[in-house]
Amino acid sequence: MRVYWELARVGYLRQTAYWGATCAGVFTNTVWGFMISFVQLALFAAHTRVAGYDATDALTYVWVSQGMLMTVYIWGGWVEIAQRIRTGDIATDFHRPVDFQGYWLAQDIGRALYHAIFRGIPPVLVASLVFHLRFPTSPLTWLVFAVSLLLAVCISFALRFLVNLSAFWILDHRGVASIASFAWPFLAGMYGIPLAYLPEPIYRVVSVLPFASMGQAPLSVFLEKPGLVPTLALQAVWVVALLALGRVVLARAERRLVVQGG
Amino acid sequence: MTYRTSTVLLTIGAALATFMDFLMIAAIMGHLPTLDGWSLPEVGLLYGIAGVAFGITDMCVGNLDLLPRQIRDGTFDVVLVRPVGSLFQVLAMEFGVRRVGKVLQSGAVLAISLTRLHVAWTGPKVAMLAVAPVTASLIFGSVWVIAISQVFWTVDTGEVANSFTYGGSFLTSYPISIFSGWLRDLLAFVIPMAFVSYYPALFILGRPDPLGLPAFTPLLTPLVALAMLGVAGLIWRTGVRHYRGTGS
Repeated sequence: MRVYWELARVGYLRQTAYWGATCAGVFTNTVWGFMISFVQLALFAAHTRVAGYDATDALTYVWVSQGMLMTVYIWGGWVEIAQRIRTGDIATDFHRPVDFQGYWLAQDIGRALYHAIFRGIPPVLVASLVFHLRFPTSPLTWLVFAVSLLLAVCISFALRFLVNLSAFWILDHRGVASIASFAWPFLAGMYGIPLAYLPEPIYRVVSVLPFASMGQAPLSVFLEKPGLVPTLALQAVWVVALLALGRVVLARAERRLVVQGG
Repeated sequence: MTYRTSTVLLTIGAALATFMDFLMIAAIMGHLPTLDGWSLPEVGLLYGIAGVAFGITDMCVGNLDLLPRQIRDGTFDVVLVRPVGSLFQVLAMEFGVRRVGKVLQSGAVLAISLTRLHVAWTGPKVAMLAVAPVTASLIFGSVWVIAISQVFWTVDTGEVANSFTYGGSFLTSYPISIFSGWLRDLLAFVIPMAFVSYYPALFILGRPDPLGLPAFTPLLTPLVALAMLGVAGLIWRTGVRHYRGTGS
């Protein structure tokens, strides 16, 4: 257990080297936050409530989702494992006494913590000076939000893990990854608009997919929307299911590697 | 282009991924008859012109995003030694075929929007439709060059520039009028993003300008594009001179 704590620290510390990129990223998130805010305001010029959200909810959604982008990290093409598969370094990775999936998950959680603090908080702070946002009043909500965010990171990791593992079978996996995952950020609700804006039948399908549990779920918790327990429960189910799937695929990959004399 | 299948897949993937931007617009407009007076096909016209233009710009100029890394790695110095113009060399290094995906997808949205619009087509309007993606592309490209040139003076990784380039693509997909006061003025007059899709669209649709500018304003679009090109070239050359001057 101590190992995973250390790995999380490593994941966190690795990010501290890129403080310049972090600052630039905060700027980017802030600019996008403003632009999408104007779009939302245009919508709320015509309605007081849309899909159960009022203007304050919607603006909060925009800014917290911008803050969450890097934390959840579903945009950005993480290819570390795939690269190691391509170079063959992956063979030595399997000889480590640490569980392979756990090794990467722990680091990703450390990374996510750094991004949650340094990419997540600043844009929301700036926005709160300009717009009226809705922050949870109860400390319990903040705690549950943190848990929900952690689950979201795990789901995101599990999906990225699977995408990376495809490099074991596909020579140039980038194309396949591109096709497979093009809709994930949108389905996660990370385009600054709540998924609830989608037509009701579509929303009902989309809301049970793992992607919604990455983005829309923590945001619903933050905004104290109804259905807290089902939201968290669904997140937990997807975390377990996708990590388990990752292990199944990983076992196949390891067998393949051994068979080919790696 | 060694991995041909991968290139096709990346292109399709890019087209589908960028289509999500339009889905966002559609999802919002599902709750509105019009967005500040613009119907969905009319917004599609804005989105289509801006998207086709941005895709073309990205194809031609997008590799400028490599400039910050090249300066850091020192590989930009190689570019300066060669006799060909420095800007052209940076661009020629890698041709982003997958950006075609963006062009195709935006073109499709544009085409479908046009079929749903009741435009009283005249010669000048057709000309504007044909010219708009070109002038828009020139404006986007100029903004891109200007935005990335700042890395000659700063130690920035170039991500700040992304807010202006990709942000510009986002903004020009919507009617400029939804952005309030200072931002709108900035976009219309300082960084003339309003001339990318908004003014050409006003002309094609035969609508008066809510910002109150004279009716001939859309016709200034080519002039604005050329002016931007001039400014961009000037800033780039100044940047390269500064880079040389610091003895790197």
